[in-house]
Amino acid sequence: MDPKVLEKYDRTTHVIGRTATAITLVLLVGAPFVIGSILGAMPNLSAAAKGFLSVGIIWTVSSVVEFLVYTPMLGAGGGYLAFITGNLINMKIPCAMNAREIAGTHTGTPENEIISTLSIAASSLTTITVLAVGVLLLVPLQPILQSEALQPAFANVVPALFGAMAYQYFRRNIKLACVPLAIMTLLFTFVPSLISQTSIMILPGGAIAIGLAWLAWRRKGANA
Amino acid sequence: MIAQLNSMPLYLICGGIVAFVAAVCVVFMVRAYKAGIAIGMDPVKLKRTLTSSVTFSILPSVGILLGVIALSGSLGTPWPWLRLSVIGALHYETQVAQAAAEQVGLSTLSASEMTPEAFSTIALLMSVCIMWGMVLSFFFNKGYLKKLSGNTKEKKNGKGGFGDMAMAAMFIGLVSTYIGSYIGGFVSGKGVLTFQGDLTPIIVAFVSALCMAGFIYLAEKKHMEWLESFSIAGSMLVGMLAAILF
Repeated sequence: MDPKVLEKYDRTTHVIGRTATAITLVLLVGAPFVIGSILGAMPNLSAAAKGFLSVGIIWTVSSVVEFLVYTPMLGAGGGYLAFITGNLINMKIPCAMNAREIAGTHTGTPENEIISTLSIAASSLTTITVLAVGVLLLVPLQPILQSEALQPAFANVVPALFGAMAYQYFRRNIKLACVPLAIMTLLFTFVPSLISQTSIMILPGGAIAIGLAWLAWRRKGANA
Repeated sequence: MIAQLNSMPLYLICGGIVAFVAAVCVVFMVRAYKAGIAIGMDPVKLKRTLTSSVTFSILPSVGILLGVIALSGSLGTPWPWLRLSVIGALHYETQVAQAAAEQVGLSTLSASEMTPEAFSTIALLMSVCIMWGMVLSFFFNKGYLKKLSGNTKEKKNGKGGFGDMAMAAMFIGLVSTYIGSYIGGFVSGKGVLTFQGDLTPIIVAFVSALCMAGFIYLAEKKHMEWLESFSIAGSMLVGMLAAILF
């Protein structure tokens, strides 16, 4: 394996990733102003600032947590793409972890970086395609997708996803899984108001699991 | 107003941005595939990654499409389509759109009350509130990963690094948090220890896990490895069907 190939790949990934991120940011923030000019009314910046202070701060904190936690899982290419395309917790992260599991790659290796990037790109293109087809067929699809009978299924996409992923990960690490699962269950049971903050609670849940994994790893090292 | 929000210029603006992001995804995918081949990775493994990721993403994407439909009644179709295709998050959009509507003086997020100024302000707020992951990624992705890879090398001791275990542990923490929230929601969702909350997410997660166990058994014991690419999607489908039956 030529290390220069990887070095060049890594360097270009950051250049393309940063450029694409910057362009997407400009397009996203610029779009409301362009649309405003078409509709004949620009955004009310004072109302937007007040709105940001009331709801934006919590999402900013959540974004910092997501960046710190998920970037190491996704690598460079996967990281740039996942933050551009969104839906991290309910799709991109589990998708990348599943691809990594199937491919059998290890964290920090070039293979893992490539599998993660392929996985996030394929996942993002699938969502873009499904949404584009869905928007084109909105009129015939709407009554089917919004039918009362199907509502419970679509309201439970995330539990279905995490149920399957839980079996996949817990079966090999049952001791490691018991403690964070018990602590988080007790926490949500006795402080139910935290249920609405589940995406933030990932941080203590993950910290407990990593702390226990670290202790187990050290013990294994000492006994070897 | 809703006719203006569904007009051709808005479709063109939003569709253009979605097309740009799709092109970025294709560029990353082709580069990664070529780099994988160049470093000697098995093409079968790379193709399986693509297949499993596509099948994995179909059902959650249909769920996201429902988010577009839900928001299209008040914000038109093009803007929710853009928001949920680019950096959007299903759980985020409705919440922020609702809060933004209140800030611009609407009693609720509805087409009947929507004005051009309210719409452009809501659209701006929806973009600004969620863009920070991208901003951080732009400034710190390279440096953060470099720092982490340096730390990992230092901590390796010949028996393999802690990185793999840490990533698996982080994911176990993430899944535990969500499963814990479903149990907590049932036990205390309608008052602490009342056991009157919603049981459906627990049943769905359990059925999905059971189905996953079946897929893994078939893949590992019956040598049906090809099933791995469809195991998550299949388990989710059965879990979601359980929600309907329950």
